[in-house]
Amino acid sequence: MSRQTSRLDAKKVNSELFTLTYGALVTQLIKDVDNVDDVNKQLERMGYNIGVRLIEDFLARSGSGKCYDFRDTSEKIQLATRMYLGVSPTISNWSPSGDEFSLVMDSNPITDFVELPDSHMGLKYSNMLLGVIRGSCEMVQLEVSCWFAQDQLKGDNTTEIRVKLLRKLEDSVPAGED
Amino acid sequence: MSGCYYFYIVCHTDSPIFEMEFMPSAKEPKKEDHRHLIEFIANAALDLVDEHMWRTSNMYLKAVDKFNQWFVSAFVTASNIRFLVVHDNKNEDGIKNFFMEMYETYIKFSMNPFYKQNTPIKSIAFEKKAQFYGRKFLTS
Repeated sequence: MSRQTSRLDAKKVNSELFTLTYGALVTQLIKDVDNVDDVNKQLERMGYNIGVRLIEDFLARSGSGKCYDFRDTSEKIQLATRMYLGVSPTISNWSPSGDEFSLVMDSNPITDFVELPDSHMGLKYSNMLLGVIRGSCEMVQLEVSCWFAQDQLKGDNTTEIRVKLLRKLEDSVPAGED
Repeated sequence: MSGCYYFYIVCHTDSPIFEMEFMPSAKEPKKEDHRHLIEFIANAALDLVDEHMWRTSNMYLKAVDKFNQWFVSAFVTASNIRFLVVHDNKNEDGIKNFFMEMYETYIKFSMNPFYKQNTPIKSIAFEKKAQFYGRKFLTS
């Protein structure tokens, strides 16, 4: 019988390492690109690239099938946040037409220990998360737009991401074919 | 003249990055002319801190120096950041607890990706914590 070892799963990374890596990424971006809006855009684009790849991993791990409506989608996003970030967000504030909802997080692991300096108040520190949501939804033919309704780094009590379904993407037939 | 504490954080290049004074509330601040003297005393003690730190494996070095009625207690972190308290009352336990709490506060603060190491600490949250712990352990 093999000895019981309490080894950490080799594929898991210490969350503080992840937090510090993300922080180093943001500060380096700020040094390289002076404009805060450009930094926000870069973070979102990086998140988008992560999202288009992450969706495959998520679908493989969770084994979930097609979503029947946007509420299913919101639950899947909630599950994915739990899987990848380790926090359980709540879903709330559905719009009357059912195409917009809020993802409310009490704690955000990538912003542990972070205090935004006064000179960078326009920085959307967690913008990468928005990109991830947008990228992964685009891969499953949903065009969504996300933004921060509340941000703990800017003094609010919780971090609230608003996700709105813009439209379903249809595969278009390439030009020249019937 | 009793119960006054001057707290300095000095980085490894010997420049101060944070300072704060704690006085019992009953006192009025007549000590403006002493501030320069206290800073000299703190800086002069740095040599002794460097000597003492090799003699023990603790981070807390108790009283390393004495000048007239002022004692200097020191605490050295692994990255050679020195916390100094210049005081005139012996209060070993209080100062030790204060150092431990400030050490934790400093660690959390230095994990902020926007804080560049060895630059002056200008955070209001850090100052509030320092005041709170100072009041709790030093001037209570």
